[in-house]
This record gives sequence, C-alpha cells and structure tokens, in this order.
Amino acid sequence: MSIEAKKQIIDVGDGAAIPRKSDRGLFTAWRIAFFGAIGTLLYLIKVKPDPYLNILKFIPDGILVTFQVTLGAIVLASVLGLITGLGRISKNRYINGAASLYVEIIRGIPLLVQIFYIYYALGRIIQVPAILSAIIAMAVCYGAYMGEVVRAGIESIAKGQQEAALSLGMNSRQTMIHVILPQAVKVILPPVGNEFIALLKDSSLVSIIAVADLLRRGREFASESFTYFETYTVIALIYLIITLFLSKIIGVLEERVSVNK
Amino acid sequence: MVEATEIVKIYGSFRALDRVSFDIYDGEKVVIIGPSGSGKSTLLRSINKLEEIDRGKIVVDGMDLMDPRTDITKVREEVGMVFQSFNLFPHKTVLENLTLAQIVVRKRSKPEAEERAMALLEKVGLVDKAKAYPGKLSGGQQQRVAIARSLAMDPKLLLFDEPTSALDPEMIGEVLDVMKDLARDGMTMAVVTHEMGFAREVADRVIFMDAGRIVEEGTPEHFFTAPSHERAKLFLSQIL
Repeated sequence: MSIEAKKQIIDVGDGAAIPRKSDRGLFTAWRIAFFGAIGTLLYLIKVKPDPYLNILKFIPDGILVTFQVTLGAIVLASVLGLITGLGRISKNRYINGAASLYVEIIRGIPLLVQIFYIYYALGRIIQVPAILSAIIAMAVCYGAYMGEVVRAGIESIAKGQQEAALSLGMNSRQTMIHVILPQAVKVILPPVGNEFIALLKDSSLVSIIAVADLLRRGREFASESFTYFETYTVIALIYLIITLFLSKIIGVLEERVSVNK
Repeated sequence: MVEATEIVKIYGSFRALDRVSFDIYDGEKVVIIGPSGSGKSTLLRSINKLEEIDRGKIVVDGMDLMDPRTDITKVREEVGMVFQSFNLFPHKTVLENLTLAQIVVRKRSKPEAEERAMALLEKVGLVDKAKAYPGKLSGGQQQRVAIARSLAMDPKLLLFDEPTSALDPEMIGEVLDVMKDLARDGMTMAVVTHEMGFAREVADRVIFMDAGRIVEEGTPEHFFTAPSHERAKLFLSQIL
C-alpha cells in the first residue's frame, strides 16, 4: 500500500536564511554578517559619536514598537494560520471555500496596500490606535501565508497515521490533536520561522501609517538633523542584526525539535 | 460478527468490489488471499469504513455501517486493524502508542492504561522497548507493537492488512507467531496475507478473491488441495 515517499522540499523563504550546521557556507556567512554588523555599528559610534551615537539614542522606542508590532502580529497570524490551514483541508464545502477565498484575496493584494486599507477601513467604523490597526493588517496578511504552510504541513503527514488513529476509534478531532498536529509542527516549524523573519522585516511598512516603529523613528531623526545617509545606515544595520539573531534562534529551535524524534 | 451483503465499491470506472457477500462468525479466523488488485484490502478496509462502499450492506457487531445514525467511532472501537506499514505514531513512545487510544477513546485512567499496555508488551515480548520511540525498532518489532496497540482497545475483531508484506524475511516469523498466539486465544480475525503456511495452519476458512469477486471459499484443506476454480488453481501454482 502506502510506501512513504520522500518529498522533495524547496525551502526558500524571503527572510534571512536560517543557518543550519549542515550548510557550512551559510553558517559562515551568518557569522560574518552578524558580527560584522555589530562591529560596524560599534566602530561608527566610536569614531563619529556625532551623529551615530545620537541616532542610536533616539531610536530605542522605535525598536520596541517594531517588536510589539511583530510579536502581536506573529501571535495573531499563528492563530489565523492554524484556523485557515484546518479550513483549507476541511471537507465542509463552505468552510473550505471561505478559507480558500481568504487566502486567494489576501495573497493577491500587496501588504502595503492592505495596511493602508485596513487602517482607513477600520477608521470608518471605530477609532483604533494606529499600532493596533498595523498589527491586525500584518496578521491578516501573514495568517493567509501561514495557513498555506499549516495546510502543507498537515498534508505531509502520511495518510497511514490518520488511518491508524481512526481505526483505534478516535474521532477526527482527536486524531488531529493527538496524532497529526504534533507531527505536523516539526514539518511546519522551519517555514513558519521564515515567515516570522519576513514578518519582522515587513513590519517596517507600518511606518507609513504613523506607527513610530524603528524606521519611522529613524526618519524623524533624519529629517530633523539632515543626516539621512548616517541614519539609514544605522537603521539597516539594526534590522540586519535583529533578523539574523531571530534566524539563529529559529535554527537552534529547529535543531532541538529534530533531535527529539 | 460481520455480515456483508452484496457490497460494491467503485473507483472511477473500476469495480474494486463487485457484489461481494460474506460473513465472519465470532471466534472465526478468516484468511483472504488473491492476486494484487483483486479487492482483498478494499474488502478488509470496508469493514471498519476506512473505505466507504458504494452499495450493499455491512453490519458489524450489530451496527449497520450504512446507517447514517451509526457512530462509526463506536464500530472502530470494537474492530482493531493492523497495517502493512505499521503506522505507529513516531512522536510517541511505544508505551504511549499503546495508551493513547485507551485514554482518549476508552477513557481509562493513565495507570490503568499503562498496566494494560505493559501486559500486552509482555505478551508480544517487547517490555524492554516500552520507553523507546518506534523509529528505533526493527520492522518486526514495530509490527508487534502495532498488534499490541490494537489489542489494547480490547477489540472483538482484528483485521490484518498484509501484516508481513513490508518485513524482511527473517522478521516475518516473529510477527506470525504473535498472530498464531492470538488465534489460539480465540480472537476473531480477518487476515489478508500472502503467507500460505499461516493460512493453512490458522484459518478456519479461506476466501480467494479475483477481480473484485469472491471466487472460491472453503476450509484450507479444500482450498489448498482441491480448488475447484481455474483461477484459484493458477494462483496456487504461481505462489506455492
């Protein structure tokens, strides 16, 4: 019957690549980029405290906001993604249709447009803080992407697992919770990690609706001091350090999960 | 235990089961054989509704599978199944594989479930593997765990879908031994297999299928010594 076939996986995210021990080249590249970025930043502060130190003192609020938006959106998008993924494999026509429609619509609209749209659409109904609107927009967008990851993860679990659980008298909900999802998580984790990193980078888009995130704070500083080049150098380095750090954490997490097999 | 009447299963334009009727009595051991694609696995899988039949009637332990009011999980609680590819849960230890459904479906307490599980591991000779993950076990050991997992639910009927076909030759014996033990204990069994020695030794009745139909049915002596149909004779000459 079902001999498990090794599926070919092309895992290319749009975030910083996750450094794995098996990929020597990337592992080295990660080190050079990460420590290089930190070194460059420290060097600039040391040789030219004005403006670099001033920039660095001005933006921590922005980093905090970027983290808030990212974290809020990750949590909300994960929930949305799980629901969407389950909806996409549902046998119920209406649930499946709704989930598929959501994915199709969201994936077809640029995130920047979605951020504008949700901000102004929500504004017509209730006044919400820009940051909340930003979190919702990011979550709605990434929920659709993550829904597809969840769906693919669930579908990658061999059919025999489901049949074994059903044949033991488990209903489909019990089968999903105790047998399919715990295994799917291991498959899903790397691509979800990629989504998280991409989400963190894309969070810079929310500066467009007056959320005082890292990029926005940088712009404020630059336009006051006319140090555009210097400010954006710092901003770029900080984004780089954060995303590389996050990719490292995900790499470690991933290794932990795969060891525990 | 099982009464199937005129069941039909169609895939596209292919008739996997073509008006098949058969019964399995309490305590009976039925071995189903036939060439690949003859519908024997489909037949077995229709008994616990892993395959849904298109027409006909199946009653298992008094429950009508075609009746929409029948709770299929109730049927499956009473009907265990052992698969060709074992299908153990790789993220759970051997012990957890045996206790999961007991706890979730049968609502047994954890200590109770573990006690039952350990007794069954003893029976299949794998007590020392209780804490191991399935990935660390040989094929033969995995299949013995899978049998124990089914038994943990205390089923009234056990279905075996080519349980030894994915095993290396030296491991087939250990699995068949466990199955023979079960047969001796009086378990009701339906076995799809290519192991003719097992069929001869254990079966009360042999069912031979070809092209979605039951072609010949009888005691092992009758079937192996004097089959009446040409196709059964041909099949035996090829396999023995």
